[in-house]
Amino acid sequence: METDYAIIGGGIVGLSVAWGLLRRGRTVTVLDGDDGSFRASRGNFGLVWVQSKGMNQPRYASWSQQSAAIWADFANEVAGNTGQPIPLEQNGGYDLHFSEETLEATVAKYEKLKAQLGGNYPYEVLGHNALRKEEPHIGPKVVGAILHHQDGHANPLKLLKALAADVRRMGGHVLVGKTVTDVSKPDGFHITCADGTIVTSGKVVLSAGLGAAQLGPKMGFKAPVRPQRGQVLITEKLPKMINRPSLIARQVDEGGIQIGATNEEVGLDDKVTQTGLSGLAAEAIAAYPALARAQLVRSWGALRVLSPDGLPIYQQSTEMPGAFLVTCHSGITLAAAHARLLPEWLEGTDAAPDLEVFSEDRFSVS
Amino acid sequence: MTRSDLVVVGAGPAGMAAAAQAAELGLSVTVLDEQACAGGQIYRDVDRVVPLRGDILGADYVHGTTLTAALRRAAISHVTGAVVWAIEDAFRISYTREGRGVQIEADRILLATGALERSMPLPGWTLPGVMTAGAGQILLKQSGVLARNAVLVGSGPLLYLIAAQMLRAGTPPKAMIETQSRGDLIGATRHIGGALRGASYLVKGLRMLASIIRAGVPRHTGVTDIAVEGTDKAEAVTFQSGRRSHRITCDTVFLHHGVVPNTQAARSLGVTHSWNTAQQCFVPQLDDWGQSDRAGVFIAGDGAGIGGAKAAEHAGTLAALQIACEAGRLSREERDRRAAAPRAGLAHELAARPFLDAAYPPYAPALLPDDSTPICRCEEVTAGDIRSYAKLGCIGPNQTKAFGRAGMGPCQGRYCGLSVTALLADATGRTPDETGYYRIRPPLKPVTLGELAGMNITAPDTAEKEKAHD
Amino acid sequence: MKTASPFLELDNEPRVNVVFDGNALSLPEGANLAAALMAAGVNVFRHTPVSGAPRGPFCMMGACFDCLVEIDGTTKQACMTVVTDGLEITRAHRDGALT
Ligand SMILES: Cc1cc2nc3c(=O)[nH]c(=O)nc-3n(C[C@H](O)[C@H](O)[C@H](O)COP(=O)(O)OP(=O)(O)OC[C@H]3O[C@@H](n4cnc5c(N)ncnc54)[C@H](O)[C@@H]3O)c2cc1C
Ligand code: FES
Repeated sequence: METDYAIIGGGIVGLSVAWGLLRRGRTVTVLDGDDGSFRASRGNFGLVWVQSKGMNQPRYASWSQQSAAIWADFANEVAGNTGQPIPLEQNGGYDLHFSEETLEATVAKYEKLKAQLGGNYPYEVLGHNALRKEEPHIGPKVVGAILHHQDGHANPLKLLKALAADVRRMGGHVLVGKTVTDVSKPDGFHITCADGTIVTSGKVVLSAGLGAAQLGPKMGFKAPVRPQRGQVLITEKLPKMINRPSLIARQVDEGGIQIGATNEEVGLDDKVTQTGLSGLAAEAIAAYPALARAQLVRSWGALRVLSPDGLPIYQQSTEMPGAFLVTCHSGITLAAAHARLLPEWLEGTDAAPDLEVFSEDRFSVS
Repeated sequence: MTRSDLVVVGAGPAGMAAAAQAAELGLSVTVLDEQACAGGQIYRDVDRVVPLRGDILGADYVHGTTLTAALRRAAISHVTGAVVWAIEDAFRISYTREGRGVQIEADRILLATGALERSMPLPGWTLPGVMTAGAGQILLKQSGVLARNAVLVGSGPLLYLIAAQMLRAGTPPKAMIETQSRGDLIGATRHIGGALRGASYLVKGLRMLASIIRAGVPRHTGVTDIAVEGTDKAEAVTFQSGRRSHRITCDTVFLHHGVVPNTQAARSLGVTHSWNTAQQCFVPQLDDWGQSDRAGVFIAGDGAGIGGAKAAEHAGTLAALQIACEAGRLSREERDRRAAAPRAGLAHELAARPFLDAAYPPYAPALLPDDSTPICRCEEVTAGDIRSYAKLGCIGPNQTKAFGRAGMGPCQGRYCGLSVTALLADATGRTPDETGYYRIRPPLKPVTLGELAGMNITAPDTAEKEKAHD
Repeated sequence: MKTASPFLELDNEPRVNVVFDGNALSLPEGANLAAALMAAGVNVFRHTPVSGAPRGPFCMMGACFDCLVEIDGTTKQACMTVVTDGLEITRAHRDGALT
């Protein structure tokens, strides 16, 4: 056997898992696609986010909380290993509201979730004036915000780069420009790529983002992931004007204001559109009016990797034992959990986290 | 929203000629250009400037007035100061003008967005006072502003043209620091046949060169190890010539080693491009009418491959003929009959190209600069950074962009794009075609959020925006 | 502010008053702002947000964005801007921009 684990997909999910396995002393080969593949890891919003996750499934909320809690430590370790800083701020984040009704409705849902989580859901409601003290640029249309203290944001590209470096440093093999076309298990796993490369491994992790939809069924998974487009805007670099991130805008460590994101069901189309850009710009200006004069320098569309209920899927194949499907929407938030906790589950140790609710069984009753 | 049969982006020679031809054949035409006056880069501000200093700029420049005159016909709407930042579907064009976002629809579009100076990264090239030679020419043409204490660095006919113009204006360059070698010239002689067919260029070039020599401007050829020195601004250029090191003090450095097609708009539309080895750049794949592999998208002029102003004019006319034919305004026979003259003209203009490309190749050390040289001016990413990302598994420019921000700044990769492709191709042993180029997306030019928001006629995705996820 | 300029101006347009970075300048009306500032002796237009390195115009054709200045709270390319009377120009995004 060439390698203990073959990881199909070298995005943030695949690299986080690879990193965790290498750290446990496993040998790992990562196979990753082309420069032009759909890569959510390159197009995301960079939030390390807890609030509003798992409104209908408290375990998802607590899994996100677990990851957020160990994120800084994980990032420090990777940064220390590579000498590449991974900017992170976990000073809380906002859900901004333009109407009292939506604010109240959200608070009601948070209260319910808070009870289900045994009270561990530290948030507070800021009225307009209180919010303005925190965020002097906030506009008059914002009636208030929910400030959740477990929220934060990171530089997701620096995380990706540092992980790519650290995985190599720990001896991981990363093969790039490889599109996996088939996986079979005559004895161990045989992973075949479009260019004829074959990798053999003891176990295999399918973390190919949207690529799992094609490969999954060949490995005995349902893999019901679909793309959902998010358009994101970024302005020129500006002096500090936004302190905490929100789902509408955040100021990145380099200075630009990142504005996002749309939620569009348009299949495998990652274009940006004028209507998308204009809508996002209008919303950002409503929140922070001074942004009207800022120059938009770049925009992109990226495809979220979504399961039917938006929750991650962690599943071992019954058809091909030793093959695992690992996919999620919030790969930045969950990076720490995937790196530090998930390997225990892959290895089947006693320390394995309980991931029962994330199995594919939930999709069987239709 | 207004609508035209044809929208032309760019009012240089290609765009002006195409607009005039299409309008003559009965199409409604809108020309969009961000400049305040027609002319493009080569005939910049020609109508205003010819009476002021047509003598300094020469007859080739004055020729531009015939094109601008043809643009003033009724069926053409020339929108000046229009910064195009998105082209969508087939076709809705978004642009900003006087602080407002505007849209126009068209059945067909012609991209005539011209060329950019080939980026010439060398130590010190980001210092104030270091400019492209084209910038020097624009300063002279448009503003009558001349560098008193300048050196010209690089290679190619444009360098001689600028030197000759500076001479005529009474401010000769302090030195010509030329990178092409004798060997390049000897190698180029295998293209001499073509060069002779395009002999008028060579004669002009030789005449310019003679005037430069006669004026006593020092020339250094085959130079290497070029660097610009200075702390807050350019103070001197250093280089090797033969075995001798030189240092020439100056206030202004004009760099030039060729021009390359500006492909931003075409790439944003998904037009296929391929590598042109002779010109060391990507060019869009076009048929001989300038039609791309995206239906309704035509490209003419230097944006389609470098040919110069006269070639651009002919190519613009040819594209317009095919556009009119497709639109049912012209039979195929009539199209072909009218195409004969511009086709012959185009062939004549392009005849000398292979010779010029071979005789004045790009300065090799600026194609693959030293590790410490910045290649992305906006985000200040060095050649060494790109090489280190290649070691981290980046096989294409979009992954290096994510890793190191090259191409993320306001110029959107216009000046670093080819450098990144070349560095990656060199590091991975793959071809430029395999390596690829940046994915170009709107906005093609920055646009303020206020301008964008002001266009928000319908916002389909914000209404049911479900913010729970990210 | 009249610094020695490395540039010679051929034209003799009527001049108007503008302010650049707190200094009064008289520039040719209707001129290209980047060219006029350079002719008036301004070398450094801005400092980069990444390393603080000094920059001035590079391409003069709206492509490189090295000539950025701030006018009325918005960054603009000086080489794509026309000189008008009373123009107030600051270096791009110093502290307090966008307030
Ligand atoms: C607009 C947007 C905003 C987001 N914001 C946030 C946020 O704020 N916080 C957060 O936590 N998450 C956010 N996300 C989600 C996050 O980006 C994703 O969860 C994460 O990137 C998923 O990583 P991945 O590795 O599964 O997928 P990807 O990054 O898409 O990686 C998949 C990889 O698999 C490779 N691949 C695919 N098929 C094959 C094959 N057959 N063979 C070999 N390789 C293959 C591809 O080349 C690619 O590199 C956002 C996503 C989007 C789209
Ligand atoms: S000098 Fe390049 S954009 Fe103005």
